[in-house]
Amino acid sequence: MTTAGTLALPKPSYLAAGWSLRSWFLTLDHKRIAILYLASITAFFFVGGAAAVLMRLELATPESDLVTSGVYNRLFTIHGTIMVWFFLIPSIPAVLGNFLVPLMIGARDLAFPRLNLLSWYLFMLGGLLAVGAIIAGGVDTGWTFYTPYSTTYANSAVIPMAAGIFISGFSSILTGMNFIVTVHTMRAPGMTWFRLPLFIWSTYATSLIFVLATPVLAITLVLIGVERVWGVGIFDPSLGGDPVLFQHLFWFYSHPAVYIMVLPAMGVVSEIVPCFASNRIFGYRFIAFSSVAIAVLGFLVWGHHMFVAGLSLHASLVFALLSFLVAIPSAVKVFNWMVTLRNGTIRYRTPMLYALGFIGLFTIGGLTGLYLASLAVDLHVHDTYFVIAHFHYIMVGGAVMAYLGGIHFWWPKVTGRTYSEPWGIFSAILLFFGFNLTFFPQFVLGYLGMVRRVAEYPPEFQVLNVLSSAGASILGLAYLVPLVYLTRSLIRPPSVGSNPWNATGLEWGTPSPPTAHNFDEPPVVTGPPYEYENPQAVASQEAQNG
Amino acid sequence: MAEAPLAHQFDDIVQQREAAGLGMWTFLATEVLFFGGLFTAYTVYRMSYPDAFREACHHLYMWLGAVNTAVLLTSSWTMALAVRAIATTDRRSGISSLLWTAALGTLFLLIKGVEYYLDLREQLVPGAGFRTAWSVDPSHAQMYFVLYFIMTGLHAVHMLVGVGAVLVMAFLVWRDSQVTRRANAVEMTGLYWHFVDIVWIFLFPLLYLVA
Repeated sequence: MTTAGTLALPKPSYLAAGWSLRSWFLTLDHKRIAILYLASITAFFFVGGAAAVLMRLELATPESDLVTSGVYNRLFTIHGTIMVWFFLIPSIPAVLGNFLVPLMIGARDLAFPRLNLLSWYLFMLGGLLAVGAIIAGGVDTGWTFYTPYSTTYANSAVIPMAAGIFISGFSSILTGMNFIVTVHTMRAPGMTWFRLPLFIWSTYATSLIFVLATPVLAITLVLIGVERVWGVGIFDPSLGGDPVLFQHLFWFYSHPAVYIMVLPAMGVVSEIVPCFASNRIFGYRFIAFSSVAIAVLGFLVWGHHMFVAGLSLHASLVFALLSFLVAIPSAVKVFNWMVTLRNGTIRYRTPMLYALGFIGLFTIGGLTGLYLASLAVDLHVHDTYFVIAHFHYIMVGGAVMAYLGGIHFWWPKVTGRTYSEPWGIFSAILLFFGFNLTFFPQFVLGYLGMVRRVAEYPPEFQVLNVLSSAGASILGLAYLVPLVYLTRSLIRPPSVGSNPWNATGLEWGTPSPPTAHNFDEPPVVTGPPYEYENPQAVASQEAQNG
Repeated sequence: MAEAPLAHQFDDIVQQREAAGLGMWTFLATEVLFFGGLFTAYTVYRMSYPDAFREACHHLYMWLGAVNTAVLLTSSWTMALAVRAIATTDRRSGISSLLWTAALGTLFLLIKGVEYYLDLREQLVPGAGFRTAWSVDPSHAQMYFVLYFIMTGLHAVHMLVGVGAVLVMAFLVWRDSQVTRRANAVEMTGLYWHFVDIVWIFLFPLLYLVA
């Protein structure tokens, strides 16, 4: 080889690989597509958040004085649909997953880069339809679209909203397909299944749900559209239809969708905890297989949303038992993280605070889920604020905490910049307090009997509602602070080394930000993941050796 | 043997082919669940209204459905021939088999269209003009036809996509100087085609033969 004489210039990073609009909007680079998703879901988050702000303002007083009940119905529908389908479901998979899956397994890109770009366009098309539905007067069915209300009686923009969710569903399916195929076929030499980072295991399990559950939602929304437009009663009891069939089809998707939100979050936590505990992850295979177990069991528990819909007692008992079983793989993860922490040397940095917050809040969310899986308790608290509090502990306390933890953890890798650590720590703690103040009172409210989806409530519930609204304003602030300091960090040029946290994993072997094709040479993996040197263990080893 | 151009993200052609195959199978798994929701609805309502389904089924043109089943099975055969021919660099018979497949698919859609027209004439289309002369509750018979039109309609949409894809493949094979570069793409199209065919194999007995 006589290549001497060519100057060994460093390759530009993926961010510097092109500056035109075209280089962004027609990019096939998984990292740029991740950035497109990051920008768009952040916008949707603030749309859904604005609706929540108005709801909490309205609920500060028992009367419906700020908005009418009709407007309130539209507010909680905006909040639910936007947050579920246009923020939470794409959040970790489409942003962090898109960015990290090829980097973590040592590939140049996902298996199907063009499908990846298409998935973003489908997502945006669906999102714009949903926003259009909101502008056209909103939807008042709730995010669950229960029939026959959504098909016959609702006098609102159900069709554009359902069409938007239908289309964005195909973006989920394409993302899931891409991840499954990439993990199967594009791993670097030596990257065996049990050397994969746990984030990959959980993303893989999530992708199975994307591919197998989303189409059922899609066909259900088609049926709703047909019934509404055509006037035939697929789910209308007066025309021989069965509204409970709708609920079965809807929850067959929407319960697994909960695991679409929380499984990737668990993957993020499994990356952050060993890094900041400077310790090898405890029980690697148990954590890996528990992701798959959660994905599989998640398909078998949808009936617990329907205990009051007239399921037979036997069916209800089976669904209750299966729902209890999901607690086992979830607890396996929590205990393994605990042992990893117990044996480690902990650095309390921003990502770690979010991860620790996740562990605590997810545990509360998970344990209250057991209350709801118990038939008798569920009859008492069904459709109350207890349910609202429970799933916000999973979706906000769990998924959003981990998402923000992941954003802070990989921010230096994604952007090449560092953010202000004191502000990071401050906002992580603020989020934890704001979150608990918002949602803990709702457990009490629900237990006392305050039902969900109402703009008015008996005056004796006001104190707890005011506490919750006060918490929500702190929570809102805790979302805005990172938006400010993370954006501000972009002003200065990239300055971070390839591995600022001393983390393991192939992504930390690339420059920050990585080059367009990730790796100059395909990396070769020779050992297990999470090879952290625990300073304590090293010290005690040295002491023993004398 | 010439191979398809290697996309930048793959190390070698074997990896690229594996990815394409696994991607298509994953997509078909999605499709199974997509139709699965409809099959579930069908099962629930057939168990609720067995008499209405039996009576409504008598109004379909069973022989048109049977002819269409034969047409579609034949098209799967020509599709398999096309995959085989192109893998063995036989351009002429590859293209002609693809064109036969597209033609049979179009014939299927035409027959289906005629059938829809006959259904419309006999007031079997659900809605305000739905026929009233039933010995069972008309809304139960209507449920059968709602499912019939959605299931066969969705299948027809898949057929339309399939015919388009097969024609694109025929064009690409015709244009390319080395046919084997397209072998993998044709094989993937074939997988999709056979899947759509199999869906019909389930639809035909469930809708036409339940009586």
